[in-house]
Amino acid sequence: MINTSIKQLSAALAAKKISSAELTQLYLDRIARLNPELNAYITLDEEKSLAQARAADERLANGDATGLTGIPIAQKDIFCAKGWLTTCGSKMLHNFVSPYDAHVIAQFNNAGAVTLGKTNMDEFAMGSSNETSHYGAVKNPWDTARVPGGSSGGSAAAVAARLCAAATGTDTGGSIRQPAALCGISGLKPTYGVVSRYGMIAFASSLDQAGPMARSAEDLALLLNVMAGFDERDSTSLQREKEDYARDLNKPLNGLRIGLPKEFFAEGMGSDVAQAVEAAIAEYKKLGAVIVDISLPNTKLSVPVYYVLAPAEASSNLSRFDGVRYGYRAPEYGDLADMYEKSRAQGFGAEVKRRIMIGTYVLSHGYYDAYYLQAQKIRRLIAQDFTEAFKQCDVIMGPTSPSTAFKLGEKGDDPVQMYLSDIYTIAVNLAGLPGMSIPCGFGANNMPVGLQIIGNYFDEARMLNVAHQYQLATGHHDCAPQNIGL
Amino acid sequence: MSLSNTDVRKVARLARLAMNETEIETARAQLSGIFNLIAEMQAVDTTGIEPMSHAQDVSQRLREDKVTETNQREAFQAIAPQTEAGLYLVPQVIE
Repeated sequence: MINTSIKQLSAALAAKKISSAELTQLYLDRIARLNPELNAYITLDEEKSLAQARAADERLANGDATGLTGIPIAQKDIFCAKGWLTTCGSKMLHNFVSPYDAHVIAQFNNAGAVTLGKTNMDEFAMGSSNETSHYGAVKNPWDTARVPGGSSGGSAAAVAARLCAAATGTDTGGSIRQPAALCGISGLKPTYGVVSRYGMIAFASSLDQAGPMARSAEDLALLLNVMAGFDERDSTSLQREKEDYARDLNKPLNGLRIGLPKEFFAEGMGSDVAQAVEAAIAEYKKLGAVIVDISLPNTKLSVPVYYVLAPAEASSNLSRFDGVRYGYRAPEYGDLADMYEKSRAQGFGAEVKRRIMIGTYVLSHGYYDAYYLQAQKIRRLIAQDFTEAFKQCDVIMGPTSPSTAFKLGEKGDDPVQMYLSDIYTIAVNLAGLPGMSIPCGFGANNMPVGLQIIGNYFDEARMLNVAHQYQLATGHHDCAPQNIGL
Repeated sequence: MSLSNTDVRKVARLARLAMNETEIETARAQLSGIFNLIAEMQAVDTTGIEPMSHAQDVSQRLREDKVTETNQREAFQAIAPQTEAGLYLVPQVIE
């Protein structure tokens, strides 16, 4: 029952083979059994989840159900959910029970989906391994000695271990795609502006974008249909016609032009990752696609540019955490400045403090032009690389991450090594393009490898089509970890 | 590029982060490594390139200047560290 698509779960609910309350209880029982080891969830509230499930059962009985009514979903703990503890993985928000719903949460509530709990994440979404969470690292269900990736690592692990039907994530530099790759699931970061950021705790506002994480591209399309749409409460939300992201799933791929950037297949990529990605490209050729060699010459610069712009925006966004209106306040302090400094020093973890310091420095007097402005100029060069590339191809493919999941603690002491592992994902955020990751086989130690698919602006429906056709022809997305009691 | 402990102390103050000498030393070493990575940008010729501040080339949407939110003072103050008579309490600022 658990190990199936949203479409099939929805059909089972509609046919009264199972109630949403029963389905929700099945997941809650699995969570009770597996979460103590995986640590994928920070907060659970059985009563709230079951109340939502019973309400969904009424809707199902009354015939006003949607495709997601009664489906149990996990929400990344970056989304404010009314009455739920919303920590963003930080001690700073250890006691923050949100007084309101994020737009994404409200959309799922309106569709009748059930919230199973809030998933673990790197603190304020800053990290690529989930080790920066104040609530402990998440373990990868494929090998609990390894990281699930980050920052949406709890969501990725929960989907992989079938501790939810699907989950939400957010992606500022790869935080949906990289954990999806490392946990062997599918994840989509939409075009910037497609999903409202209202109530999504801000990290780097010009890059942050929410998206779905699930077992398959078909499930992603159903979730994105609920998440996407204009919201006037987010000043960067785009006013566009509502679209059905599942509309093109079944189109054949004959003549699809796949661009392979030579910079993605150069040094740095593990040979096991290269092998799996090349096998996926070969499969696409069988499905009728043609390969185009392209170049994204400024790829390498995306790492330094990102680590100027994202910390700069973060240092500004995180100035709101001052121990006055909500969140953590130091127990002892002298004057007001001392209260700010102690509350922030004690409330934030090491990685968050590091990024606030970088951002404060690059924005400070005398350094602004050399760092911030220069980074913004190179950001345009990076975006222009993609514009040129999409004149020759329909989608771009490559690895999501240079390696499969690494061991917990392996990259702990050197932040630069961790930052460099974001090389294939962050240019997509800088340009504001949609990107996704789907499982394409296994590398060393039998750990999953992700294939990244990058689309042109607003081309999510085509990307989902491209991913779905591959998933019809192959079985990688159906593989589940051992030892999760299926 | 290498930062001095004085640089780090100054940034920590601007960022309102209390740090002891050991933390400043660790931060200095790590930030210097990160700024060496960032320094790769300096070699790029960006003459005549317009800075890109945002992912979409759209202008800021404006709305009518009218009240859209309802008063939720009690709900918001229920989660504050310290309040009194509807006000947020902080250490005394003016003698």
